[in-house]
Amino acid sequence: MLEVVVVLVLVLGVFFLFVGAIGLLRFPDFYTRLHATGKCDTLGVGLVILGLLIYHLFYYSDSLLVCVKLFFLILFIFISNPTATYALMKAAYRTGVAPWKLGDERR
Amino acid sequence: MIEIELFQRIFLAVGLLIAVTILLCIYRAVVGPGVFNVVAAVNVIGTKTIALLVLIGYYFERPMFFDIALLYAMLNFIGTLIFAKYLERGEVCSR
Repeated sequence: MLEVVVVLVLVLGVFFLFVGAIGLLRFPDFYTRLHATGKCDTLGVGLVILGLLIYHLFYYSDSLLVCVKLFFLILFIFISNPTATYALMKAAYRTGVAPWKLGDERR
Repeated sequence: MIEIELFQRIFLAVGLLIAVTILLCIYRAVVGPGVFNVVAAVNVIGTKTIALLVLIGYYFERPMFFDIALLYAMLNFIGTLIFAKYLERGEVCSR
């Protein structure tokens, strides 16, 4: 039962990472590329580390400090990755990178 | 301890899949038109490297890789923020 939960969470995280990578490749514009990766990567990495945290909690339950480390890693990623995406997008907008409109060519 | 070996194989497969997504992102980091695409792709690669480091720590059973992952997360975040500030203002340290 526990194996099924861990593998399900890991596979879901890898799925989100793949969706983010394909979005980074396929979208036509800088803003849309960050729109794809900023959310999918945060959730994907968070789910992969959450699966490993569940695995550690049940198989190595004598060293709980590692669980605390992984929890704070998830928390830090959920705070820092959207902030970095926002800062990059604000810098691009202030320096005049024009958003893509329907009918433009890919940039 | 047959389950531990099963989980080791699962972790190896997941790590290889994350490496494939990093390869997909390297295309955008090399080709991508303009400096903003390159910085965004490098930020994404750094974020995926954190998950890969934690997986490596479980695969080789070395718990010190989690500390390296924490440090790498902070360095990646600070590097992206500094680069965004530099691209926006043309200088890093302004008064």
